[in-house]
Amino acid sequence: MEHQELIPHLFRIEYRKIVSVLCKRFGFGQVETAEDIASDTFLTAAQMWPLNGIPEEPVAWLYSVARNKAKNYLQRNHVFERKITQAVKDNAADIYEIDLSPQNISDSQLQMMFAICHPAIPPEAQIGLSLRILCGFGIDEIADAFLTNKEMINKRLFRAREKLREEKITIELPTQTEIDVRLDTVLTTLYLLFSEGYYSASQQQTLRKDLCLEAMRLCYMLVDNPYTNKPQVNALLSLMCFHASRFDARINESGETVLYDEQDTSLWNGELISKGGYFLQRATTGTIVSKYHLEASIAYWNTQKEDTRGKWENILQFYNHLLQLAYSPVAALNRTYALSKVKGKQEAINEAEKLKLVTNHFYFTLLGELYTGIDTNKANANLKRAIELAKTQVDKQIIQKKIDRLVK
Amino acid sequence: MLIFRHEDGKKVASPEQIEHWMKQTMDWIGGIAAQNKFSGGNGLPFEESKVVRHNSVVTNGPFGEIKETIGGYIIVKAESVDEAVEFAKGCPVLQSDGNSVEVRKIARGDGFH
Repeated sequence: MEHQELIPHLFRIEYRKIVSVLCKRFGFGQVETAEDIASDTFLTAAQMWPLNGIPEEPVAWLYSVARNKAKNYLQRNHVFERKITQAVKDNAADIYEIDLSPQNISDSQLQMMFAICHPAIPPEAQIGLSLRILCGFGIDEIADAFLTNKEMINKRLFRAREKLREEKITIELPTQTEIDVRLDTVLTTLYLLFSEGYYSASQQQTLRKDLCLEAMRLCYMLVDNPYTNKPQVNALLSLMCFHASRFDARINESGETVLYDEQDTSLWNGELISKGGYFLQRATTGTIVSKYHLEASIAYWNTQKEDTRGKWENILQFYNHLLQLAYSPVAALNRTYALSKVKGKQEAINEAEKLKLVTNHFYFTLLGELYTGIDTNKANANLKRAIELAKTQVDKQIIQKKIDRLVK
Repeated sequence: MLIFRHEDGKKVASPEQIEHWMKQTMDWIGGIAAQNKFSGGNGLPFEESKVVRHNSVVTNGPFGEIKETIGGYIIVKAESVDEAVEFAKGCPVLQSDGNSVEVRKIARGDGFH
């Protein structure tokens, strides 16, 4: 990997680790300092590597630079030194040492996850902060994920950091009852992170896969800890495994999306499918049925290659249930597709016409598919409307292929 | 609110029948939820139901002298009573001749529910 690719790749994975460790060490009072030192570390890499070549162990190099910058900061900053917690002072030999061991990185990140998802912080800001600090997202990417602009996100993050300071939120694992309350936000954030990688329009395969793997890794961390190993966490991890199993099959060599029906099933990752099954089983220990349970169950049926009636009846029932728990346009459209498989296209058309998701290109794509073989003119008109609404070139191409097939 | 009224709550259905009705009911509710118009609901099983009367007289079942029994309800987010009536028309309970679905507004002051 050239440094132009390597640095963003490492930034994705290492930035948030460095921030978590430094933030835990400094406290939220110095959250910007922690972020500055981490950013600075990557800036140094971007300046040095092109000149001196990529170091043999790039991650260790980054850690040592970050460690030195943090030490310098601590030594330089007398005002801050007086504020250092008693615990650090007691361990005098260690006073300027920064612990970047795998154990401390993992502990810091887990504790950071819960600190950010504090009830005093508005949910949107929690997700924004998580994406920034836990996942190392750029402001642009967060703005994309929220469908808003950079200024809005900057403002929101600024207020959230203020709040963290005002509330004197500490970076530690909350009590068991608090964990239950905050877990929802943590899971929402991981879910969003995974989706960002899985559905992103970005052509950069490595980047997208990294995002999914990072979300899975953070989720693994929750499953590994007895306090956070809850049914809904296992359900989310199961869902991620099932989806990720198709990662290689859903994009072809030229980077184009391959639709589910046309995927080469031999490219599906059997190991991830069985892992998904394992975690889904572990998710069914309690009485809780979360939306992740339902989505994981649907994802399980999607890993079954045979197109049986039982498969679609099950999928339809899970979507019926899911929509009652948490409505989303995507779920409404997928439910209607499942309905067409169980009860036929005509009945699905009747239901689809009621959805009226008239700004959504998937809606018209679905209508186009349902009308295919029933009313070619209507199929054609709906698919053309879908092309007009589609935002990316990839989406437009997929719909165009459907139109071409219609004419033949 | 859409209230399901059953003509005779004493009828016993086979497990297969119940499963079939459940699926139909879920499909009906799923269709409403897919339009983002579902707000909540519950099935009200007939088993172990009691009726408390004046002077703390307790009897079994909701059936006693009343002919109709309430089997469940759902709450929908409808723009108008007419829209709610359209939802109600699809309710599987209506496949049985004597049954009915009662459509009622919920008093809240923030419009129809």
